[in-house]
Amino acid sequence: MMKNYVVKLAENGNIAVDDTILVKGAQSAAGSRILEGFEPLFSAEAVDRLEKAGYTVAGKTHVGEFGLDLVGEFSYYSEKSEDGEAPLKGAAAEAVAGGEVKAALGVDMNGATRRAAALSGVDFLKPTYGTVSRYGIISCAASGEQLGVYAPSVEGIKEVMDVIAGHDAKDGTSLREEKYTYATDEAVAGKKVCIIKELLEKADEDVAARVNAYADKLRAAGVTVEEISLPIFDIANTTWQILMTAETCNNVSRYDGVKYGHRAAEYKNIDELYVNTRTEGFNFLTKAVILYGSDVLSKNRYEDCYGKSLKVRRVIADEFAKLMETYDAVLTPVCSKSAYTAYEIDKAFQTVFEESVFTAVANLIGVPALVSGGVQLLGKAFSESVLLSIAGSAERAGE
Amino acid sequence: MKYEVVIGLETHVELNTKSKIFCSCGGHSEAKEPNDCVCPACSGMPGMLPVMNKRVVELAVTAGLMLNCEISRYTTFDKKNYYYPDLPCAYQITQLNHPICTNGLVHLKTSEGERDVRIKQIHMEEDAGKLVHVGKASLVDFNRTSVPLIEIVTQPDFRSAEEVLVYLNKLKTMFRSGGISECEEGAMRCDVNISVRPEGSEEFGVRTEIKNMASFEAIEKAIRYEAQRHMDALEFETEELVQETRRFDDVSGKTFAMRNKETEADYRYFPDANLMPIIIDDEWLEQIKAAKPVEIDEKADAYREAGISEKEIDMLIHNHNVSKLLDDVVAQGCDAKNAAGWILTDCVGILRKNGKLLTDLEISVEDLTAIIKMVDSGDVNRMSGRKILTAVLEEGVDPVAYCKENGLDAKVDTSVIESIMDRVFAENAQAIADYKSGKVKAKQALFGACMKELKNTADTAVIKEVLEKKLMDI
Ligand SMILES: [Zn+2]
Repeated sequence: MMKNYVVKLAENGNIAVDDTILVKGAQSAAGSRILEGFEPLFSAEAVDRLEKAGYTVAGKTHVGEFGLDLVGEFSYYSEKSEDGEAPLKGAAAEAVAGGEVKAALGVDMNGATRRAAALSGVDFLKPTYGTVSRYGIISCAASGEQLGVYAPSVEGIKEVMDVIAGHDAKDGTSLREEKYTYATDEAVAGKKVCIIKELLEKADEDVAARVNAYADKLRAAGVTVEEISLPIFDIANTTWQILMTAETCNNVSRYDGVKYGHRAAEYKNIDELYVNTRTEGFNFLTKAVILYGSDVLSKNRYEDCYGKSLKVRRVIADEFAKLMETYDAVLTPVCSKSAYTAYEIDKAFQTVFEESVFTAVANLIGVPALVSGGVQLLGKAFSESVLLSIAGSAERAGE
Repeated sequence: MKYEVVIGLETHVELNTKSKIFCSCGGHSEAKEPNDCVCPACSGMPGMLPVMNKRVVELAVTAGLMLNCEISRYTTFDKKNYYYPDLPCAYQITQLNHPICTNGLVHLKTSEGERDVRIKQIHMEEDAGKLVHVGKASLVDFNRTSVPLIEIVTQPDFRSAEEVLVYLNKLKTMFRSGGISECEEGAMRCDVNISVRPEGSEEFGVRTEIKNMASFEAIEKAIRYEAQRHMDALEFETEELVQETRRFDDVSGKTFAMRNKETEADYRYFPDANLMPIIIDDEWLEQIKAAKPVEIDEKADAYREAGISEKEIDMLIHNHNVSKLLDDVVAQGCDAKNAAGWILTDCVGILRKNGKLLTDLEISVEDLTAIIKMVDSGDVNRMSGRKILTAVLEEGVDPVAYCKENGLDAKVDTSVIESIMDRVFAENAQAIADYKSGKVKAKQALFGACMKELKNTADTAVIKEVLEKKLMDI
């Protein structure tokens, strides 16, 4: 079962930690060659809190370089599958699905963790922005990335969230609340959930059928489910890709071969050290993100791209808030299909962009997103307990 | 033709804080070895996040208040991107869109007259590290990375190098007295924007910028050189002026154009999502205003009124910590002039004996107040007071306990002094004879002998009284 781990730390470990999250003394490289050999001096706050609460880290699970891909297919450290046709899966989600660990931590930056959870049939919660410390995650898109939890069930998610959520002075974006508590068994009868027509149309028949079957389960539990039209998700996705690529481009610029991680063997001067190190250290997808990101931040494009995106982010947040005055949750697909197959990295930027239409809004405006039963529930900020309880009722109905 | 020189200034000032701007590393100025004062955050390791040092905001606001600025109630940080090995994150955190202070005004008095210089803005930012070149290798030292700076940007309101120097000296005095910055050599760096136009012209001439000068002398020379170069170009068409960035060469005293590559970079500024906007509400602003030291001119007047000498005032104004010590001791009920003497004569004397300076002075308000009050009340004499002060400064003893342990208490019974005096008189027949023959100095010998017997304790006034009385009897 070694294949899920970049670094295995404890045989009896009960929690897996994605390679985008720091664990003291263990290589933490975010799936990238550029950070090869980097061993942090501190663990992420969430890892610290779990260890203090008695959890043991089983190991560092593979992630695609900086979490930019679909589910983890482009990691520098993964062993390549012999059978190129094997469906793509995420390592942490598989470790949880296979019962190797009770739960896992992942960084949700562009949906990879949620897609991985959906494909492996486990739950994943991307909590409200600011409720879980981002201290010790290898940061790419600071304004929307969030540390989240994989578990086999909503109870498993609650157990971990109860430990890790709450204020951390080491993270300037961490909210003031000292402690959050989560419920999975609030009454759901009478709650209202909407399905977004535009998103359902982007999914294949299998996935659409799964969403509808899930809706029926909720109806059986007394939840009202209606289909509505709300054409904000494409715009939300484009907006997030602009912000995400810009922030990532900036945050990975510190990986220059000077201080730690990979350094090119050949260079004659500082410019060559930078260029050769980064040419060797980043994969094609990261390079594409860097190029897009630096373009949208350039002087003559800034106002039209980045500046405008910041404004659109506010408009989308308002639109979504308005929707949540009527509904308790939004039910959507997570992926356009039930399984992904291997593809070439030069297609990755466009492929991930298209798939992120389901996930991007939660990163863009910081609302919670829960993947369960292969579908996604979105809610307003701090409504994790509502989402967990709705999903909980569906999970219990399935038993 | 007569020409007018137009100058604008960007001044970087290092703030006097215990720790860096976004992490808890402290004491970079005392760091002995390169990279002594670094942590994962200020050396750009992945996963570390900047956390705002509130003190930086307070000092920047105080500087803004001193320069009559509007204080922004909403202020944010931006990232400025460029690659250089001394910049560990490959971006500098600075303020572009919502600087902390705007629209200030400084009044200058020069030999040529008076002028108001408008302050465009003050913003907060972090410093970079430095490169050390050893043979063919280049090494990086991050001790200075994330040291807090403010950058003060003026409008193009200066008309001479003299005005610039008066301004810089004023900033220096103000910031030192206000505890905002030590303004030591190198802790104040300037970029100078300069252009020249025919006198009376409304339009600005071609502007050049001279970057990163750390000494006032260099700034003055650079302005004079550059202004002359512009005037020559206009008058004699010696060269065509272009808008560019230049550097000043100390050795030749000339300015040189920098390569375009360095000056035309696109820094791709954008907001830093790791730092939430800072809201300065009424309550916080009032607290900062209340803690703001009084203006130096007002302060000097107050000291003058208390009878403190001009020389002492000068020492106080330039040493924020010392003037604060004096103010605090005075607040405890000590007389200002007397206390100033204790600090600027006695303390300085003791420090000097130990090869130290006034800036090294470390004494608590309580200890100094206790010593001054012991002497004022006559509990110990002046000489013992100084002895106690020496022990406090050199050994860090408790003044009251030290006084007791060493029998310095001046409360010696008058009868004891009288009996000692009897003995002194019996043993010093020659001195008494001298006194009788009119040698007044002999009185001093008798006083000294008595003091010696009393081990220099006792209230000197009482000794003198006893002595006078006995001398009258002989
Ligand atoms: Zn530090």
